[in-house]
Amino acid sequence: MKHHIEGSQAVAHAIALCRPEVMACYPISPQTHIVETLSRKVKAGEIGNCQFLNVESEFGALSVLIGASAMGARTYTATTSQGLLFMAEAVYNAAGLGLPIVMTIANRAIGAPINIWNDHSDSMSMRDAGWIQLFAEDNQEAVDLHIQAFRLAEELSCPVMVCMDGYILTHAYEVVDLPTQEQVDGYLPAFEPVQVLDPQDPVSIGAMVGPEAFAEVRYLAHDKHLRALEAIPRLSQAFQDIFQRRSGGLLKAYHTDEAETILLALGSVNGTIKDAVDDLRKEGWPVGSLALCAFRPFPSHALRHVVQDAKRIIVFEKDLAVGKGGIVSSDVKMALRGLPTIVDTVIAGLGGRPIPKASVINTVKQACLEGLEEPHFLDLNWDAINRELTRQQAQRRSGPTAENILREIGAPGASPI
Amino acid sequence: MPYQRVKFYQTGTFTVGNRLLDESNRTVQAGMDRTNSLNSGHRACQGCGEALGARYALDAVMRATHQQMVAVNATGCLEVFSSPYPESAWQIPWLHSLFGNAPAVASGVAAALRAKGRKDVRVIAQGGDGATVDIGFGCLSGMFERNDDVLYVCYDNEAYMNTGVQRSGSTPPRAWTNTTQAVGVDPGNPMGIGKNLPRIAMAHGIPYVATASVADLHDLEAKVTKAMNFRGARYIHIHVPCPLGWKSDPAHTIKVARLAVESGLFPLIEAEGGEVTDRTPIRKQVPVEQYLELQGRFKHLFHPRDERALEAIQAIADANIHRYQLLPVKA
Repeated sequence: MKHHIEGSQAVAHAIALCRPEVMACYPISPQTHIVETLSRKVKAGEIGNCQFLNVESEFGALSVLIGASAMGARTYTATTSQGLLFMAEAVYNAAGLGLPIVMTIANRAIGAPINIWNDHSDSMSMRDAGWIQLFAEDNQEAVDLHIQAFRLAEELSCPVMVCMDGYILTHAYEVVDLPTQEQVDGYLPAFEPVQVLDPQDPVSIGAMVGPEAFAEVRYLAHDKHLRALEAIPRLSQAFQDIFQRRSGGLLKAYHTDEAETILLALGSVNGTIKDAVDDLRKEGWPVGSLALCAFRPFPSHALRHVVQDAKRIIVFEKDLAVGKGGIVSSDVKMALRGLPTIVDTVIAGLGGRPIPKASVINTVKQACLEGLEEPHFLDLNWDAINRELTRQQAQRRSGPTAENILREIGAPGASPI
Repeated sequence: MPYQRVKFYQTGTFTVGNRLLDESNRTVQAGMDRTNSLNSGHRACQGCGEALGARYALDAVMRATHQQMVAVNATGCLEVFSSPYPESAWQIPWLHSLFGNAPAVASGVAAALRAKGRKDVRVIAQGGDGATVDIGFGCLSGMFERNDDVLYVCYDNEAYMNTGVQRSGSTPPRAWTNTTQAVGVDPGNPMGIGKNLPRIAMAHGIPYVATASVADLHDLEAKVTKAMNFRGARYIHIHVPCPLGWKSDPAHTIKVARLAVESGLFPLIEAEGGEVTDRTPIRKQVPVEQYLELQGRFKHLFHPRDERALEAIQAIADANIHRYQLLPVKA
């Protein structure tokens, strides 16, 4: 049934329908509305005998889930940004132990400078941790991906992050078709763990492994992701069979047939990008776009298949590998190795900076007509940057960069330089 | 639950129970049906106090829970010497995650059991002093304040032994470690710093807190057994000598542990709801020197004699005796 509902509320509703048994949460913006809603649902007895633990840190939150999952419980948490970094050690550990935990990442920038707004730096920092990473384009997909995530995680015994853009999705009110309990029960079977702490059949989980076997254990983690490349589209199709709508999968192509230039992005900016594609096509530009839903595992073969005839891929990514450039575009280049395709990197939307349709369109035209420097930073205020660089060269004690830039751009209340 | 019957060898100490006692008063360790939760063949050093403490504690929990028990282990010596694949020494369901999260992982196990309505299976978490008083302290305090149904056992050997003897928040004053070297002014660990975790645990007001020593097996087992009569967060802090890190004779592990108790440096107490309810009196107080001189980590206090340090350490023992009234009040 369709509801006009906030993204966080919709996701919390979906989580509740998945019948989690243990949730442990630590508040951080913009994840809070999800966990607040779930805590109310648990307290009100709406999620069976589910346990909701208010813990002392994100590290504690995921650690609680590691124990609960090893005990055979279906587990869930949500975090973002600094919280994800604070739980980093447990993020790797949960994947290494093969525990099918589902976690929402309400994507947000990482400080310093502290910034609570959206980009993808947080989940990108954990891209090699062994978690499957799925990115939602809108709130309907965020809801649907969470339901798929539990089935995917438990089938493979591998943790899954569902990434949804902080504020842009978590706090946006949209029309969302909320599933029924019957639908979710029909899609998501009871959790049958591959390993469990059982006094009747004791096992040691988390034993030390030396050089003689470590690489083999790591390969098996990689193999899980290779199997996920098959499972993700299959479970997306199974979802469509029951819920009558398409959500998830490895990637989603938009007008890519016969497109010479393909724009590629993760998450909610694909809405803007599709509008830009529409406008460009009206003007006669042969462009299309591709939304990556699965970033880990990286769908190299599927991607290559879709874009192999294009001349140029422009990757719009909300992250920055400092000292290098693009993270997503590096993976795209690897997937297209051997092909003559040009891959451009556009760093955009950092720390909540809007990505206007006009800027996307201008960048595409510039790329096609003149080419782009690598990487290209969208809508960067070069005047402010150059003035600050000049000042830094002129005086040793140039002061804190963040404050200086705020003065340079004339932020309200900032004293002039 | 598979377990191994073991033969009992009288060793001439109090540590494995006394066969002359009435059967009901014998220790779990003296029983022919003890579980051997931590089986023989593991890789602990000769004379390891932690290996003893862990087996004593876990076998007592196994008896108390009718073998319905799950253990969560922090990273450290105990985890490393017991678990290398495929030689796990654990006869119980056992989970190791990280160095600093054992209390939270155990909270998760307890939460899962609650969600599944399993009241019969109990959870213990265990770690060394580094995992407990330092890196896992936040998770431990969280587990305490939520009053999660977990017994946490700290095996305190007073330094980071697994990484090669570095100082922890539990390292005693003036002890040598590799990061508090016996050089310079006031050699060894500085005076007046460090944490007393049993008292911090008591400050959380949790149902049960106790200290125990591998030198007093009856007392240790009684406290572990008692702890399992409570629901909610419980904490037992066990003093476990480390011959490697303390530079003591492996044959002296029990002797050294006993002298820590009898000198007053490691008081044996119990507390319920944040209030001390009982303590084990000292029959005859021994000077701290007798405890210190058996350990190479304090050698610099005797060559040459550092009277100021010895007096300061004696003052700590005396203060413990006063605080917990460990000696009979003189007429």
